[in-house]
Amino acid sequence: MTDLHTTKAFDTDLQDLARMVAEMGGLAEKQVADSVDALAKRDSALAQRITQADISIDNLQHEIEDKAVNTIARRQPMAVDLREIVGALRLANDLERIGDLAKNIAKRVIALNGEFPPPKLIRGVEHMADLVLGQMKAVLDAYARRDVTKAMAVWRGDEEIDAVCTSVFRELLTYMMEDPRNITFCIHLLFCAKNIERMGDHATNIAETVHYMIEGRPIADQRPKGDTTTIAALRNAAER
Amino acid sequence: MSVSVTVPSVSPTAANGNALHEKIAIRNLDFFYGENRALKNVNCSLYQGKVTAFIGPSGCGKSTLLRILNRMYDLYPNQRATGHVSLDDGDILAPSQDLNMLRAKVGMVFQKPTPFPMTIFENVAFGIRLYERLPKSEVAGRVQHALQRAALWEEVKDKLNANGLSLSGGQQQRLCIARTVAVRPEVILFDEPCSALDPISTAKIEELIDELKDDYTIAIVTHNMQQAARVSDFTAFMYLGELIEFDETPRMFTTPSDRRTQDYITGRFG
Repeated sequence: MTDLHTTKAFDTDLQDLARMVAEMGGLAEKQVADSVDALAKRDSALAQRITQADISIDNLQHEIEDKAVNTIARRQPMAVDLREIVGALRLANDLERIGDLAKNIAKRVIALNGEFPPPKLIRGVEHMADLVLGQMKAVLDAYARRDVTKAMAVWRGDEEIDAVCTSVFRELLTYMMEDPRNITFCIHLLFCAKNIERMGDHATNIAETVHYMIEGRPIADQRPKGDTTTIAALRNAAER
Repeated sequence: MSVSVTVPSVSPTAANGNALHEKIAIRNLDFFYGENRALKNVNCSLYQGKVTAFIGPSGCGKSTLLRILNRMYDLYPNQRATGHVSLDDGDILAPSQDLNMLRAKVGMVFQKPTPFPMTIFENVAFGIRLYERLPKSEVAGRVQHALQRAALWEEVKDKLNANGLSLSGGQQQRLCIARTVAVRPEVILFDEPCSALDPISTAKIEELIDELKDDYTIAIVTHNMQQAARVSDFTAFMYLGELIEFDETPRMFTTPSDRRTQDYITGRFG
């Protein structure tokens, strides 16, 4: 945001909106971190709490939508202000989806109750989660500071997550082929990995939104795509 | 403030891929109220079949610019314009310019409705008789057509002999538009046409502008930014007598290039 509006209440509206988005971002980050934690520790109780906490993210999304629609109706925002509000709506959407994906991981932890696979199987997924959490933190920071350079760094960084995801898929396939008793667990882990990879995509979306909010146009470059995940991994496995 | 020319050139094929026809060309225009330089090196184009909105804070020169386009300023002493303003191939500023002919081609609608104290019919017929000698029946046809174009016919067809001043404010404004349209101008200038009207009358005038633009070149000065965004194809932002930015309307209201334009349209000025 640049200088203040002549109407101070308009500034307050925009600040409230940004604060709600930041709060939602914080909640989503915590859900993601907790879900991976629950997975690593096979902590069903924590997983339960995660599935229940998702509702507060959903509620915040509705509040942001209300606030945005109200502000548009009352203030008729133009240019940078309008993009600010459209941006908040988009971010809320992406963050809500990230919350859902974390909840999905938590549900798998609950479903896995009692199974104890070797910890090394989970390490790759944890690594992915670390990368995604880093991306989320960076992109929410870029949003808070209106930092287009930082947003672009996040946008480019998604490639690495996609690459790790591909290698995790390959690894899990190998374990499944080694011992069919690993299959149930590995399938769950595969879905968890895919969920985390999608979180990364949403972080990339947010980076694009931040860029749009500041520059007023979409990113001109091609989106980096290292993602050949399932397809490539399966093809490779079939060739063996 | 920078003196450099900040007016981006609009590509002549900008809208809908159709070539734009420059109806009015304004080049290096300066305007003086006595010693006071009210317009500074203004460059701008009005395109045929398009609506161009002029926005900017009070005193920025937008009404002054409009009044140059039909030489309204000629009515006052000590006011003069320098530079070039042309309507098609004709030089508007030339001393030899026939002002009656110019004002028949470039009609104007003012902020406050200005019906004459005569019947509705005569209000519209007055302008026609000023410029043309027509048989009565033909005048009646022209009046009806003008009132229809101004979307007023249905409301007044049964009381054409009522006094023009008996109409509501919104109807009076449409009556003035009918009077302007009746003399078949090529350009219509609107100087804050809706500032004294309620939202319904405003919507009717805006709808009217949208319908009229196919046949005319339209310029509108407005303090209502949303109105400029709604009705215009091109928008010019003026500040302190300078034309700061001129571009296609969607661009001006989403991603203006000049900081001052952005501050103004988002309400961050002063």
